[in-house]
Amino acid sequence: MEMYDLSLIWAVIIAFGVIMYVLMDGFDLGLGILFPFAPDEDARDVMMNSVAPVWDGNETWLVLGGAGLIAAFPLVYTILLPALYLGVFLMLAGLIFRGVAFEFRFKSKRTRGWWNAAFAGGSFVAAFAQGCVVGAYIQGFETADRVYTGGAFDWLTPFSVLTGIGLVVGYSLLGATWLVLKSEGHVREWARGLIPKLLVAVLAVFVVVSLWTPWIDPGVFERWFDHLQVIWLLPFAALLCAVGIYAATRRRREGLAFLLTLGLFIFTYLGLLVSRWPYVIPPDYTLWDAASAPESQFFILIGVLFVVPIILTYTAWSYWVFRGKVRVGEGYH
Amino acid sequence: MALDPILLSRLQFAFVVTFHAIFPVFTIGLASYVALLQGLFVATGNTVWDRLGLFWTKIFAVVFGMGVVSGIVMAFQFGTNWSNFSQFASNFIGPMLSYEVITAFFLEAGFLGVLLFGRHRVSPSVHFFAALMVAIGTFISAFWILATNSWMQTPQGYEIREGVVHVTSWVEAIFNPSFPYRFAHMALAAFLTGGFVVCGVSAWFLLRRRDVEAHKRALSMTMWLLLILAPLQAFVGDEHGLNTLEHQPMKIAAMEGNWETQSNVPLLLFALPDRDLQANRVEIGIPNGASLILRHDVDGVVPGLKEIPVEQQQPVWIVFYSFRVMVALGLLMIACAVTGLVLRRGGKLYTRRWFLHVLQIMSISPFLAVTAGWFVTEIGRSPWLVYGVLSYADAVTPSLTGGMVLATLIGYVAVYAVIFWAGVYYLFKVVRQGLDALGEGEEVHDSDRPMRPLSATHVPFDVTTASSRS
Repeated sequence: MEMYDLSLIWAVIIAFGVIMYVLMDGFDLGLGILFPFAPDEDARDVMMNSVAPVWDGNETWLVLGGAGLIAAFPLVYTILLPALYLGVFLMLAGLIFRGVAFEFRFKSKRTRGWWNAAFAGGSFVAAFAQGCVVGAYIQGFETADRVYTGGAFDWLTPFSVLTGIGLVVGYSLLGATWLVLKSEGHVREWARGLIPKLLVAVLAVFVVVSLWTPWIDPGVFERWFDHLQVIWLLPFAALLCAVGIYAATRRRREGLAFLLTLGLFIFTYLGLLVSRWPYVIPPDYTLWDAASAPESQFFILIGVLFVVPIILTYTAWSYWVFRGKVRVGEGYH
Repeated sequence: MALDPILLSRLQFAFVVTFHAIFPVFTIGLASYVALLQGLFVATGNTVWDRLGLFWTKIFAVVFGMGVVSGIVMAFQFGTNWSNFSQFASNFIGPMLSYEVITAFFLEAGFLGVLLFGRHRVSPSVHFFAALMVAIGTFISAFWILATNSWMQTPQGYEIREGVVHVTSWVEAIFNPSFPYRFAHMALAAFLTGGFVVCGVSAWFLLRRRDVEAHKRALSMTMWLLLILAPLQAFVGDEHGLNTLEHQPMKIAAMEGNWETQSNVPLLLFALPDRDLQANRVEIGIPNGASLILRHDVDGVVPGLKEIPVEQQQPVWIVFYSFRVMVALGLLMIACAVTGLVLRRGGKLYTRRWFLHVLQIMSISPFLAVTAGWFVTEIGRSPWLVYGVLSYADAVTPSLTGGMVLATLIGYVAVYAVIFWAGVYYLFKVVRQGLDALGEGEEVHDSDRPMRPLSATHVPFDVTTASSRS
């Protein structure tokens, strides 16, 4: 056990879990945000049916991430959750509402309008709250003696509101490129028309956040402007993806546009990670400070290494079975 | 009055965990029942078992879905409201909770899909096997959760270094002294819950003369089970109580409403415990009863609450009355099971309308009893979150203010009110649809998924189906 840095292994697992969650729940949260703007009820049916067989896996990663944190990095769990107390509540309430609305919308006629509203509202609130968490995380947390000492609204700042909006438009973009890939006819044309506008909004937030981030903390400034020049490739790659999305959408390369949107998220995510690495609770605690006892990390690692391949296989199988376009009136529950 | 974040956090946890626990206690019992029905189908080839199995699988899917949704909140409560506890105990509870999550995922990604959607795609034996694995899976899930809770009641297998729990023996920590009793008590409670709901629903159908033959079989079989399980639960509960007497004597003192440590303690049927007075205002009891039950000797000494300072005493009356509610409901269940046995002569079990009405009402009794039982064990542990080791005051999140907790408490009540209403309303829809309409709704869509158990039922949410009955 001593030969391996279990904390490092766990950091990779959780970082992987987070990006899996962001990418996979991202496009269906995005569809939820775009839901009220859909041209008609047929389009909403297509939107929901396009994620019905796969969205279940998404929250898997969220719960696994939460449970993994308390097992492997309890300090992150015990500082972040109190610090983000009200934001966490909003996110959970949003996720619960949209989850239940998702199921009952299929089964209802008269009350469908309510479930539509719950699905859209829940998706928006959850996405915005997650975006605020990202902003609050970059800013860091006020702590003393391994305990959060800040206030209830420390997480809600102009910067975190900006990242909140950023994630809302980001998820919307992901939802739009997904929908173009999975639909046809008027639904696809509607979604395609959204992409340039959303792309501009995403880039605007991206640029402001990128310029703002280094000034939040001297540590972040040093990381970007001192010696590690190679990390500049990350925002550069993200920008290339953005250009690529535009070009691919124009040339109707639907799969490529979606993959490049995933790329945009991945490179942005990596950029955020290197800004703060190895601090998992900025500005004071590194991942080794936050780790649980090695025997606990090891005990649960066995189970995780057993179940993650199963979840990945199951997920891949779900996507494979459900490949191809969703048509209006098809796959209806 | 200043809002107390500790009290409000306890209320919040009690609220979310109570609403969550209703669903798993039901699914655990129901999963075993479905496995039993599918097993009978394989063994006898009689399709009535398969039809009943399908009906109860649909209900299982909805309840399971509600349990998953309400469970998401639980995974975050330990951090948001009890962060010092999480930090203190994470080396033990972290892996425990994670293993529960892993168990659930394994279950969902594997056997639940075959159970929910594989009825016409695999052979009856394979389908039965999947049902059996789901049933076992629900018990494994409960295993991790109850091991964690039991450790908080009777901690062992650990040492504290630098203010943090370190596990010295996983086996000792998991199989701590109260765990076997709590697990057995809870498993039986889950069976009783499933059993009484099945009886109540069967009675509902018999009263309306729908699918009489199938529901007669279900009722008969389940009443036999209850005749064994209900008295067995009384025995296991008694053993659990003796275990508590050994390890958490003050919980027993509160349950018995006993203030002085003394012999010849009466078994109180009714009392008004008063913490200010440090005595009961009114008492009606059976002389020497408590001594006899707890020590098997009229002269047996029963611990009293005065052994601990007033500020460490629990809200005695809640523990006292919750315990009586649980026991009274348990006795009612036994009476119900025995009455059913008597009514079997001449088949009156299926025709006596008053009894069928009683069974309908009794179907909520296990939910009340389980809730009351958890109130006893959780409030009875007060003021300790980890018994004798960590108090509520040391466990709560330090940065929390009363206003924050109140805001989210109101929020959770609002969210759960909507979700719970929708879920229960829909559940009644599924029940009312009955067995006969199941055939045509049985097509399986490619988009149905076990991780969305609600996709296994295609009953409309808001269209009336009852009018189509004759």
